[in-house]
Amino acid sequence: MTLTLTSASVHSAEVDALLAGLLLMSLAVLALVFGLIWTYAIRYRAGNTEDRGAIGQKSWRIEIGWTVATLVVFFALFVWGADLYVRLYTAPGNALKIYVVGKQWMWKVEHEGGQREINALHVPVGRPVQLIMTSEDVIHDFSIPAFRIKHDVLPGRYEQLWFNAQTPGSYHLFCTQFCGTDHAAMIGEVVAMQQADYARWLTQNGGSDTLVAAGRDLFTRYGCSGCHQAGPTGGGGTVRAPSLNGLYGSPVPLADGTTVFADDKYIRDSILLPADQIVASYAPVMPSFSGQIGEDDLIKLIAFIKSLAAEGPS
Amino acid sequence: MSVTVDTPRVSYLTEENTIGSWLLTTDHKRIALLYFASITGFFFLGGIAAALMRINLLTPTGAIVSHEMYNRLFTMHGVVMVWFFLVPAIPVTLGNFIVPLMLGARDLAFPKLNLVSWYLFMTGGLFATYSLFAGGLDTGWTFYTPLSTDYTKGHVVAVAIGIFISGFSSIATGVNFIVSIHRLRAPGMGWYRMPLMLWSLYATSVIYVLATPVLAMTLILLGFETVFHVGIFDQRLGGDPLLFQHLFWFYSHPAVYIMILPGFGVMSEVLTTFSQKGIFGYKFIAWSSVAIAVISFFVWGHHMFVAGTSVYSAITFSLLSFMVSVPSAIKVFNWLGTLHKGYIKFDAPMLYALGFLGLFTIGGLTGLFVAALGADVHLTQTYFVVAHFHYIMVGGMVSAFFAGLHYWWPKITGRLYPEMWARAAAFLIFFGFNLTFFPQFILGYLGMPRRYAAYPPEFQVLNVLSSAGSTILAVAYLMPVFYLGYSLRHGARSPSNPWHATGLEWKTQSPPRTENFPIIPIVTEPPYNYPRPEDRTRAA
Amino acid sequence: MHFQYSSAEHQAESAMSGMWLFLAQEILFFGALVFVWVYCCYQHPAGFRLATQHANLLIGSINTAVLLTSSFTFTAGLLAIERGEPRRLIQACFATIGLGVVFLLLKGVEWFKDVGDGLVPGAHFSLTGPDSGGAQIFYVFYYVATVLHALHMIIGIGLVLWIAWRARRGDFSRAWSTPVEVVGLYWSFVDVVWLTLYPLIYLAAL
Ligand code: HEA
Ligand code: HEA
Ligand code: HEC
Ligand code: CUA
Ligand SMILES: [Cu+2]
Repeated sequence: MTLTLTSASVHSAEVDALLAGLLLMSLAVLALVFGLIWTYAIRYRAGNTEDRGAIGQKSWRIEIGWTVATLVVFFALFVWGADLYVRLYTAPGNALKIYVVGKQWMWKVEHEGGQREINALHVPVGRPVQLIMTSEDVIHDFSIPAFRIKHDVLPGRYEQLWFNAQTPGSYHLFCTQFCGTDHAAMIGEVVAMQQADYARWLTQNGGSDTLVAAGRDLFTRYGCSGCHQAGPTGGGGTVRAPSLNGLYGSPVPLADGTTVFADDKYIRDSILLPADQIVASYAPVMPSFSGQIGEDDLIKLIAFIKSLAAEGPS
Repeated sequence: MSVTVDTPRVSYLTEENTIGSWLLTTDHKRIALLYFASITGFFFLGGIAAALMRINLLTPTGAIVSHEMYNRLFTMHGVVMVWFFLVPAIPVTLGNFIVPLMLGARDLAFPKLNLVSWYLFMTGGLFATYSLFAGGLDTGWTFYTPLSTDYTKGHVVAVAIGIFISGFSSIATGVNFIVSIHRLRAPGMGWYRMPLMLWSLYATSVIYVLATPVLAMTLILLGFETVFHVGIFDQRLGGDPLLFQHLFWFYSHPAVYIMILPGFGVMSEVLTTFSQKGIFGYKFIAWSSVAIAVISFFVWGHHMFVAGTSVYSAITFSLLSFMVSVPSAIKVFNWLGTLHKGYIKFDAPMLYALGFLGLFTIGGLTGLFVAALGADVHLTQTYFVVAHFHYIMVGGMVSAFFAGLHYWWPKITGRLYPEMWARAAAFLIFFGFNLTFFPQFILGYLGMPRRYAAYPPEFQVLNVLSSAGSTILAVAYLMPVFYLGYSLRHGARSPSNPWHATGLEWKTQSPPRTENFPIIPIVTEPPYNYPRPEDRTRAA
Repeated sequence: MHFQYSSAEHQAESAMSGMWLFLAQEILFFGALVFVWVYCCYQHPAGFRLATQHANLLIGSINTAVLLTSSFTFTAGLLAIERGEPRRLIQACFATIGLGVVFLLLKGVEWFKDVGDGLVPGAHFSLTGPDSGGAQIFYVFYYVATVLHALHMIIGIGLVLWIAWRARRGDFSRAWSTPVEVVGLYWSFVDVVWLTLYPLIYLAAL
């Protein structure tokens, strides 16, 4: 029985420090509370004739004293926890992106290079890794205790999680949001490897296609290219549809007068629920692909459309 | 047996004893007993589910039941324990019995409503329990969408209806208590002359009345979503699954204070009585109950720190969670102040109360762990959270329930319970409880997720310890059934005030007559008016 | 008078506080609905607009007028009994009941038409097109709200009947008319709920 948990990421030591702080505070409070109960129970037991003296006038000072002391300690803990939380969830810009799809009851992982794995996640150490996660059905939660990190994975959204693994090794990966019958079996392992090993792993498991390339194929296969221009050579048939070049990351004026920012979620919604947000000056003719394109393919399509960001609007 | 000199007296128990006279009674004391019977049944039902879970967790692959069955077990355990045991527990039993007596009144403000509320409770309870058995439900007590609306074969709607119906029983009780406390106080009993139990039940009732309807509406919408698949919570139709979580916790967080405030009330009564000394900081304890009730409506988001809400919301709710803890801290310190310079006696109610004090503090402090954002990320959805709330709800609240039950037992039944057995049970519960739930803190830190029917083998040792503890706990919880049952017939007759306590309930005979007081008492002194130490020394 | 009260007046005041608390509960009950309603409206503005266009503004407006009048008639009854005129109270009760029944009948006609027009959320929902989803959500709220409100009306009509019956038995007098007041409070509340629903259902699109 081990009572310690490996601390394998940059932030896990910080989380442990916060926990240790909380533990020390609790032990101090418990020592006080149990100590006083114990002392009073002995000193002031009914049979004890010890002189109790006069009960001091109840004083507001005492009340205010312990209230303020509590407030101060609480506030310090709050700030400590909040600061850490913000850092735990603010991914650096240069992070390696890996895509995760949860479904009852397995984890599907896709790397940028097209490598796929199930219930496993291979990552390099010493490099920030950002997971972009979504679910095909219910809410799951991607949790790696050794990295002290977890986040819910919701259907219809892209949630993010990042970490910077430090110690090579193999760690538990749990689904920690109850998701139905085999929730307890939705587990896997996270393998953190030296960067060189990781590079080797990537080539050995080389996917047939990178995500972007696979996305380009799908773009034709689902008929998107029949309407949209994507890349230098234009699609564009009879229908007038916006060009997707340079779309990602830019503001899009909508028909209802508002403007949205084209992020992953926007593109996803444009494909699945095109009617919800109509681009200004276009007709709402794009068919909904909801139910036809699975989450894995969506990820590829989005990766492809993202890759067009560099093309510059045309 | 020692001689029982008293001739059997006339009391609410002897008045008339047909089945009809019990099932149609409007006497708050009899209704309290009806509730006692029901609540006990639900507690053991939930307990048996817990026992089966603990047996299953003896081995990493699950010792006895399938995953599906295990999921149903913890759902049933959570639903029954929360809505049909702990939310009503103290108010409807001890509260129902004691509120009019403490007020110096003859009954609650609306006796018929009180009876109706019991029927609502039973209808909802039996309906939900039946559904939990026939077909079962595997969503956890939290019913998160879209799992509960689109992906489960369980009887979501039926269980929701059961909870919905019994919710109205909570509301009725709340209305009844608030009006009674406002309008039925005996002459001379100003607000600051009320026992603290009444303050805490008042605060509880406010939450009953204001939080339960939100749950009711949420359940209606959940039912519609399940049946019509419309897209309020379903993201595929443009709905928002987090909306459900917000609505659920908007009720369920205040509800956790419904589950603890009445326990605070019992503590204030028992600690003063067995210290034979006035309460320390009366007004602070009284107003902190109100403060908890108010703030509790603004902290629900702390259950969603990793759910996908914004960072700002997380920070706000974390701060508010620390704030809501301040009044609890104030209470703990004032109770310690009450022990100071007291004349402490260790009868069973006091042992349970001291157990509460220790275990609640541990539960509360670990609540701060999960309220601190960076720490919650690691601890949420693990056994740490399970341990946190069992320390408060079982170690704290169930202990408080037993403290109150033993304390008022002589008043309720007119008999004294066997002291030695009661003390033994108190110690055994304390020991069994810690053995069951302390290892779970460590399990949680090590990362064991909750709601897991099977787990990686390295967690086995701690799980076995926990299961062993739960066996002890089960035996310990069974003990009171026997010795209290025994005392019903064979216990010594109790005088009207066996503990030398203050409070109007002790000024009338045990057990009281149906009308409680032959003449309505007049209150002329502050509550907890025990002789001060200096007066005692002078007298001695 | 129950034996826990010191006087009839004491009991009367307690009954009023009880009703107020009950209404506080009701406010949160309907409040939760209105909150989710507005939230979803914000999420699907087009769908809600579409749905509102199909709501029956005419019946809705007539019903609003009917209900407001019924509150007046009941209040008139209350004033009458405070002057010591039970006959007037009974008449007012029946006027109120009549208006309440008219309301329910009109509501029934409206539901009947809605269902006939296929405005039932689900696979056969008649408003198709891109905004169908939002419109279906609107109709869920519409049915939940109006059915709950109608239930409150039915209970209210029962209560008013009971008042009329007791008035007839001669229970009320200038000195004592608490139940009338309590029921009046309830009836006005049901009215207020409707006044909240009315704009949400019928006017949101205007
Ligand atoms: C009776 C029930 C009850 C009570 C009273 C509480 C009380 C508290 N709870 Fe708990 N809680 C639950 C029942 C309860 N909880 C349940 C059932 C869940 C899980 C639900 C589920 O997911 O299934 C939960 C989950 C839960 C979470 C979410 C965890 C997660 O899922 O990630 C959080 C996070 O903030 C939390 C916090 C708190 C806090 C801060 C308190 C505070 O009120 C505690 C205040 C008390 C003290 C702090 C102790 C006394 C103080 C002192 C002695 C002074 C100390 C002095 C100094 C530090 C100077 N609780
Ligand atoms: C509100 C009150 C309450 C109470 C009193 C309890 C009491 C107990 N609880 Fe429970 N618990 C919850 C509320 C409560 N719980 C909630 C809300 C959850 C979350 C559910 C969810 O995730 O959805 C939960 C979840 C929960 C889990 C986590 C399940 C999981 O996540 O996988 C566990 C595991 O150990 C557990 C154990 C216990 C035990 C051992 C007791 C013991 O204290 C019970 C002791 C009582 C008895 C055992 C009965 C008496 C004895 C007999 C009838 C004799 C027969 C007994 C035997 C044959 C052994 N509970
Ligand atoms: C029938 C023609 C048609 C097809 C096929 C089609 N689209 Fe569209 N698409 C449109 C039109 C027209 C618009 C602009 C109106 C709107 O916003 O709905 C649009 C808008 C979009 C947008 C938002 C563009 C912006 O500038 O904000 C994205 C992203 C998009 N489509 C991606 C896709 C993808 C991916 C596919 C294939 C899976 C696809 N489309 C298939 C016609 C089409
Ligand atoms: Cu996926 Cu739990
Ligand atoms: Cu909470």
